[in-house]
Amino acid sequence: MHNKSVAELSRDLESGKISSVELTRQFLGRLEKEDEQLNSFITITEEQALADAHAADEQRAAGKATPWTGVPFAHKDIFCTNGVATTCGSKMLANFVPPYDATVTENFRKAGAVCLGKTNMDEFAMGSSTESSYFGATANPWGLSRGEKRVPGGSSGGSAAAVAARLVPAATATDTGGSIRQPAALCGVTGLKPTYGRVSRYGMIAFASSLDQGGTMARTAEDNALMLNVMAGFDPKDSTSIDRDVPDYTATLNEPLTGLRIGLPKEYFAGNLSAAMEEQVRGAIREYEKLGATVKEVSLPHADLAIAAYYVIAPAEASANLSRFDGARYGYRCEDPKDLLDMYTRTRAEGFGTEVKRRILVGTYALSAGYFDAYYLKAQKVRRLIQQDFINAFKEVDVLMSPTTPSPAFIQGEKTSDPVTMYLEDVFTIAINLAGIPAMSVPAGFVHGLPVGLQIIGDYFSEARLLNAAHQFQQVTDWHQREPQ
Amino acid sequence: MTISRKDIEKVAVLARIRVDEEQVSALEKDLGNILDLVDQLSAADTDSVAPMAHPLDAVQRLRPDEVTETNERESFQAIAPATENGLYLVPRVIE
Repeated sequence: MHNKSVAELSRDLESGKISSVELTRQFLGRLEKEDEQLNSFITITEEQALADAHAADEQRAAGKATPWTGVPFAHKDIFCTNGVATTCGSKMLANFVPPYDATVTENFRKAGAVCLGKTNMDEFAMGSSTESSYFGATANPWGLSRGEKRVPGGSSGGSAAAVAARLVPAATATDTGGSIRQPAALCGVTGLKPTYGRVSRYGMIAFASSLDQGGTMARTAEDNALMLNVMAGFDPKDSTSIDRDVPDYTATLNEPLTGLRIGLPKEYFAGNLSAAMEEQVRGAIREYEKLGATVKEVSLPHADLAIAAYYVIAPAEASANLSRFDGARYGYRCEDPKDLLDMYTRTRAEGFGTEVKRRILVGTYALSAGYFDAYYLKAQKVRRLIQQDFINAFKEVDVLMSPTTPSPAFIQGEKTSDPVTMYLEDVFTIAINLAGIPAMSVPAGFVHGLPVGLQIIGDYFSEARLLNAAHQFQQVTDWHQREPQ
Repeated sequence: MTISRKDIEKVAVLARIRVDEEQVSALEKDLGNILDLVDQLSAADTDSVAPMAHPLDAVQRLRPDEVTETNERESFQAIAPATENGLYLVPRVIE
């Protein structure tokens, strides 16, 4: 059962082969046992899950089932879940129980899906390894099967590891600089970051408001499409939500790829990309040529400025968003504050981890008087240049492809001594967030026994095309079905 | 680009985060490295470029001036550290 996709489980539930309660019991039993060494979950909601499963079985009996009714999944612990702890991987919110649901949470609830719990993540979504979580690091299941402590990537490392280890068939995730795609690549699963504004951010704890986007993580492109059907849509409660029809993302998965024009940005096949990774990714791209696509080299001339622009904009926006955590209304408050200023400064010093504090300080600096023009404004101008590069590329090709990461999953602790070393992990993913376009990572093979991801990048609102391209690839390859032992 | 001890202390005050003496040198090094990375931006020619705050240059939506939300103060304050008479309690501000 645990190896089945959302689509397969949905069919089994529909045909009456298994009840949602029985299915949920099986998943919970396995989850509780396996997650001890993985630490991919912060909270497991056993009672609620069984209650939801029971309700799902009743819905089905009443003829009201949807494709998601009774299917188990998990939420990244960044989505507010009414009455269930939502920590964002931080001490600051370790005791935070939201009095409301995020729109994404509500959507899955209405669809009848059964949430098994909240997955681990880098604190406040700031990181590429899930090592900064207040609740401890998550292990990469592929590393464990080699007796090694490797990172699952981040910030959505819990979701990626849980899906790879078959603890859940699907998990929600978020991506601000690569936080869906990079962990998907490192864990050998399939993830998608939609166009900015496609998925509501209401109730999704904010890191960088102009970059954050909720998205999907599962083992197959088809499951990602099923997830996106539930998550996408206009939400009046999110002022940045785009009012645009949501297609049925599963309806076009089987369109043939003949004539698909693929562009390979030359800047993404250079730098610290290992030769073995490059060979594996180019092999994956050759499969696309066999499916009828054409490939040509393109250029993103400002690609090398993306990391610099991001590490001004994201920390600046984070410094504003995280100013709400002051100990006054919810979350952590320091003990015996002697006055208001002491409450603020000590709550924040004690409640936030090192990387979060670093980014808030950098962001505050970049926005402060005398530096705003040179840093923030400059970065927003460079952002437009980066966007223009993609707009130009999409005049010549339909999608872009590249490796998702420069190297496979690294060992825990390897990149934590200098923050900038960690930042360079996102070199191929970050420009996509700056431009606001959608992109996926699809399993494309292995290097030294560790998973490798192929990134597929599309024009604004081209999620259906990306999912179609990923699905067709998964009909002729089986990387996405490999399981860590 | 080096960030001075004084800059770090000033920024810590703005960000309302207490930074102890022992933490300042690690911050000088780490923030310095990040700002070195960021200095790459100065090489870009952005003279005639408008800053981009939103990928689709969207603007704030407006809605009719009608009350649509209900008062849920009790449920929101149930998770507060300290409240009284519907107010949030915090330590006194020093005069």
